[in-house]
Amino acid sequence: MAPKTSPEIGGMGHSVKRKEDPRFLRGQGNYVDDVTLPGMLYLDIVRSPFAHATIKNIDISKATAIPGVLAVITGKDLEKYNLHWMPTLMSDTQMVLPVEKVMYQAQEVAAVLATDRYIAADGVEAVEVDYDPLPVVVDPKKALLPDAPVLRTDKKDKKDNHIWHWEWGNREATDKLFSEAEVTVKEDIYIPRIHVSSIETCGCVAHFDKVKGKLTVWMTTQAPHAIRTVFALVAGHVGLSEEKIQIISPDIGGGFGGKVPVYPGYVIAVAASVLTGKPVKWIEDRMENLQADSFARDYHITAELAGNKDGKLTALRIKTLADHGYTDAAANPSKFPAGLFHVCTGSYDLKAAHVEVDGVYTNKPPGGIAYRCSFRVTEAVHTIERMADVMAHELGMDAAEFRMKNFIQPEQFPYKSALDWEYDSGNYAAALQLAMDRIGYADLKKEQAEKRARGELMGIGISSFTEIVGAGPSKHFDILGIKMFDSAEIRVHPTGKVIARFGTKSQGQGHETTYAQIVAEELGFPVDSVLVEEGDTDTAPYGLGTYASRSTPVAGAACAIACRKIKDKARKIAAYLLEAHEDDLDWEPGKFFVKGSPDRAKTIQEISLAAYTNHPPGMEAGLEAVNYYDPPNLTYPFGSYICVVDIDKGTGEIKVRRFVAVDDCGNIINPMIVEGQIHGGLTMGLGPALYEEIQYDESGNILQGSFMNYLLPTAVETPNWETDKTCTPSPHHPLGAKGVGESATVGAPAAIVNAVVDALWHLGVRHVDIPITSAKVWKLLRDAGVKG
Amino acid sequence: MIPRSFEYYSPRSLDEAIALLQKLGPDAKLLSGGQSLIPMMKLRLLSPDHIVDINRIPGLDYISESDGQLRIGALAREHELESSEVVKTKLPILHDTAKVIADPLVRSQATVCGNLAHGDPANDHPATMLALGATVVATGPKGTREIGIEDFFPGLFTTALEPEEILTEIRIPLPPPRSGGTYLKLERKVGDFATAGVAVQLTLDESGACKRAGLGLTNVGMTPIKAVKAEGFLNGKQLDDATIQQAAEIAASESEPMDDIRGSADYKRDLVRVLTARALTTALNRAKGGA
Amino acid sequence: MAKVPITVTVNGVEQSSEIEPRLLLVHFLRESLRLTGTHIGCDTSHCGACTVVLDGKPVKSCTVFAVQADGRSILTVEGLEQDGKLHPLQDGFYQEHGLQCGYCTPGMLMTGYAFLKENTDPTDDEIRHAISGNLCRCTGYVNIVKAYQHAAQKMREGGA
Repeated sequence: MAPKTSPEIGGMGHSVKRKEDPRFLRGQGNYVDDVTLPGMLYLDIVRSPFAHATIKNIDISKATAIPGVLAVITGKDLEKYNLHWMPTLMSDTQMVLPVEKVMYQAQEVAAVLATDRYIAADGVEAVEVDYDPLPVVVDPKKALLPDAPVLRTDKKDKKDNHIWHWEWGNREATDKLFSEAEVTVKEDIYIPRIHVSSIETCGCVAHFDKVKGKLTVWMTTQAPHAIRTVFALVAGHVGLSEEKIQIISPDIGGGFGGKVPVYPGYVIAVAASVLTGKPVKWIEDRMENLQADSFARDYHITAELAGNKDGKLTALRIKTLADHGYTDAAANPSKFPAGLFHVCTGSYDLKAAHVEVDGVYTNKPPGGIAYRCSFRVTEAVHTIERMADVMAHELGMDAAEFRMKNFIQPEQFPYKSALDWEYDSGNYAAALQLAMDRIGYADLKKEQAEKRARGELMGIGISSFTEIVGAGPSKHFDILGIKMFDSAEIRVHPTGKVIARFGTKSQGQGHETTYAQIVAEELGFPVDSVLVEEGDTDTAPYGLGTYASRSTPVAGAACAIACRKIKDKARKIAAYLLEAHEDDLDWEPGKFFVKGSPDRAKTIQEISLAAYTNHPPGMEAGLEAVNYYDPPNLTYPFGSYICVVDIDKGTGEIKVRRFVAVDDCGNIINPMIVEGQIHGGLTMGLGPALYEEIQYDESGNILQGSFMNYLLPTAVETPNWETDKTCTPSPHHPLGAKGVGESATVGAPAAIVNAVVDALWHLGVRHVDIPITSAKVWKLLRDAGVKG
Repeated sequence: MIPRSFEYYSPRSLDEAIALLQKLGPDAKLLSGGQSLIPMMKLRLLSPDHIVDINRIPGLDYISESDGQLRIGALAREHELESSEVVKTKLPILHDTAKVIADPLVRSQATVCGNLAHGDPANDHPATMLALGATVVATGPKGTREIGIEDFFPGLFTTALEPEEILTEIRIPLPPPRSGGTYLKLERKVGDFATAGVAVQLTLDESGACKRAGLGLTNVGMTPIKAVKAEGFLNGKQLDDATIQQAAEIAASESEPMDDIRGSADYKRDLVRVLTARALTTALNRAKGGA
Repeated sequence: MAKVPITVTVNGVEQSSEIEPRLLLVHFLRESLRLTGTHIGCDTSHCGACTVVLDGKPVKSCTVFAVQADGRSILTVEGLEQDGKLHPLQDGFYQEHGLQCGYCTPGMLMTGYAFLKENTDPTDDEIRHAISGNLCRCTGYVNIVKAYQHAAQKMREGGA
């Protein structure tokens, strides 16, 4: 789509350089740990070495004897204010600090308040906790056995570790199709626990002003407004009142979902500030971040796919155990316990499907979902794209041809899926064909055949994913009953400059640039004259925040609509100034003019001034608008990725030789930023596919508790991503845009795994769980009798 | 991630440093590059009462060639080893090793001598030094002494250094003509410790047969391992493919790996076989004048 | 424990302070000098967000004691811009969209500053190895490699 505006205006479609960069390039960003207030205290947290244990005693005497240690806060201190437990988004409960027992290794046990970061660390070491270890439940399958110890003894009537059962779809129709199917395939697929590991960890500076009764919290949060309301609801009884709570989300060093939840550390810091009246800073170190903060995935899936011998799919059946740790604290605002997992029919036209998920408690940290993904869509895509590949290979069909045969066709949109989602738009075959052309698919297949004849291992993997983003329509989503709209408030100043504020919060996505481009697109103000602000609840309009690729689909739409309200008023002012009827005016970016008389024009800047100096009689002065946008539907970005891998038979090493990603996110605001999002998303797909995993031993000890073993890809492991795009605008979004930040993370792992399995299929390999390490490949090779 | 408090000393001479070690006793720890020590102190796995920082002792940061030996001083950094022309041309095995240690930022601080003195079987230089037949110079209250590298690693995280000694120099015999070597390391990702690593240094006689073979293994045992049986097997033989494969099998049998997060013992043992065969092939090519 | 005096030249300015020996260089820069452009990302010497240039060499300032910098010279991200002109690397990151959240950026810039002095015409592969001690979670590294190349070319052409 060619841009409608000039480069000077810089509306949609221009690769405008980012407005946020100048401060970051000079080291002048303002992240939470950069905030320093006079008299600020430091909070550091004592954590449990045990995964399950009774706390017999906490001796704080040695810690409080250290000069500079002011206090040690325990669960018993919070219990006095009824703040030792807090609710989760999933109507479960989570400890802030424990009174009776700990439920996972690295759980918060006590907090040390000191005058200095170093003294606080000394204080943590000096707190002596007497534990009585309890039996540990790590495996969710064992957690459901009748003799498993019941973990949530705090819940009076709880007799097992089962949290909930949820199912969706037509069981009967699905079972019937399976019984009639000519071909079925079945695989157990484990999608392991992973962690977002944004390079900035979490933290806050809480400042309670006792005189004003006002709490200000600078906080690593992707959803400042929701946090404000949560604080007001949870701590209203101790005097926090929503008009006197200000949440400031400053520059955020990466979020990816890890900065959505309310972690105990935030609450303890707020409590400490309220109690002392002093500012309190809490900043996690990396090990705390990895060991205690929200995880993602941990889905034990059994999937079955049914179809005909000619390669036409008919039905999908899935059963899943969802390991939630000791509480269901998934940051899942949907009305479905498993989030949007039932988008698992993917890009394919199936007759029926049925999905069942059971949530389970184990002695692990709580969380779920948080990893650059719209509420379990990665689990869904990984399952269907893996299964599709298994079916194609089983039938001896080319994986691309097989997909082409089963895709939902362009004319079927809007398409109601077998599991009740209404896909807004798509052209899946076009994206796959472009990816095949870009990578030279036919030549690669030929090369592979030649290499296989020589005993060399090369694989080609495809993933043709469909995303589901932009939470969300109020029929499907809410947070504590608050609908999942988002907002824009736009004010045009007399000199033709604009401030635009939003309920979202960028963590690197470039909102300060892209929202300004939407304003430029709609109103013709040059992008340089639009200031975008987010993240301060005292100034920004209420919104639900940035995650699940919702900023462009929801707040971006709000921005466009607010601009259109302003434009309507601007048209009236222009008509008045031009002494013409408003119906006789035409618009080109930046000015209204009288139809047929382009000289009789008023620029948007002239109109801005007139809005304050010379507006029509009877009209209110000013030029501003607010919009709260409740999306009519989700958006469904999609794409096709093709990955080529070479496997070293000796060592089992996987080399991603090439990776072509074709994405379709509808109309694009800033192509440069979209490409950057895809590069990053692909790398966060590569990580879980080959390197990242959090495991626990039988005692509940975390095995990947630092970056020593939790392996983030470096520039060396990361291939030189090749990207391209098709454009299928969303029919319901005011700008035709869709979300894009997460597509690549969702779609990439399956392409990589499919490539590896493709390289090994002839050796009898049908599936490999991620992350596919060299050690796993080596074992598969040696088991198949291949000696490198 | 804050270390415990300690007293800090910054001696300006080796004598002063050794005197400090004598005075302060076992609660003192030497700081050179600090890239292993400081992370351990931040994790509070190690909390020495006294830190003796030798970085300000002049004259220890050399990589030089004399008397047919390459000499690496106590404060020569990995980065200097990696960019040394002498090393690149005469001891490519050492260049191969330096460039796969941790990452470039760590290598700009970390010292080569520290890599040995830490006594960690996961470190990379021990295997290479075993393959090269290096000598370690220890300086202590009684002066200096030389320790053969094969005697330097008596056990896990221990070295032959006395508590009051400082590893002041590594001496590596410069290889005669018709020599070649390399270091191969499999790591889970760049910057990781080896899942397994193999160092090979060969010298051929005029007939092209193996005159001397040095083989060192990384992170497949409680200590760095010198694969003496494989070395012995190779001596005097023409290195055809079958011989190389046999030597690789022998080297694998000399490894003593354990199951851990990097992989099973079986995997690591087989990696030793695979990497040994590849390293022998590269070393042979280099000995013949190839790359 | 006794505090020790140190004098360090940071971005061309001599700074004297009395510090605990255990004070990490990164905390000295961020908290004693309030130069908060240098970030902390991992604590275990893996991420490189804290990279500064110490006597011309890039180091992880979370793995150096401040006392070790006594008498030495440090360049941080705040010192890259000269006379109101961005360093070619800063410009490269801007032009090539080499940053998103900005948190790893100072470390990436400082690693590049030292690297491009040694290697004025690097290959993409050499750049990828040069930044292998700096983790980025946002960009996928492709544009960082381009930013380095952009800067290298500008510097070869005499832009700095």
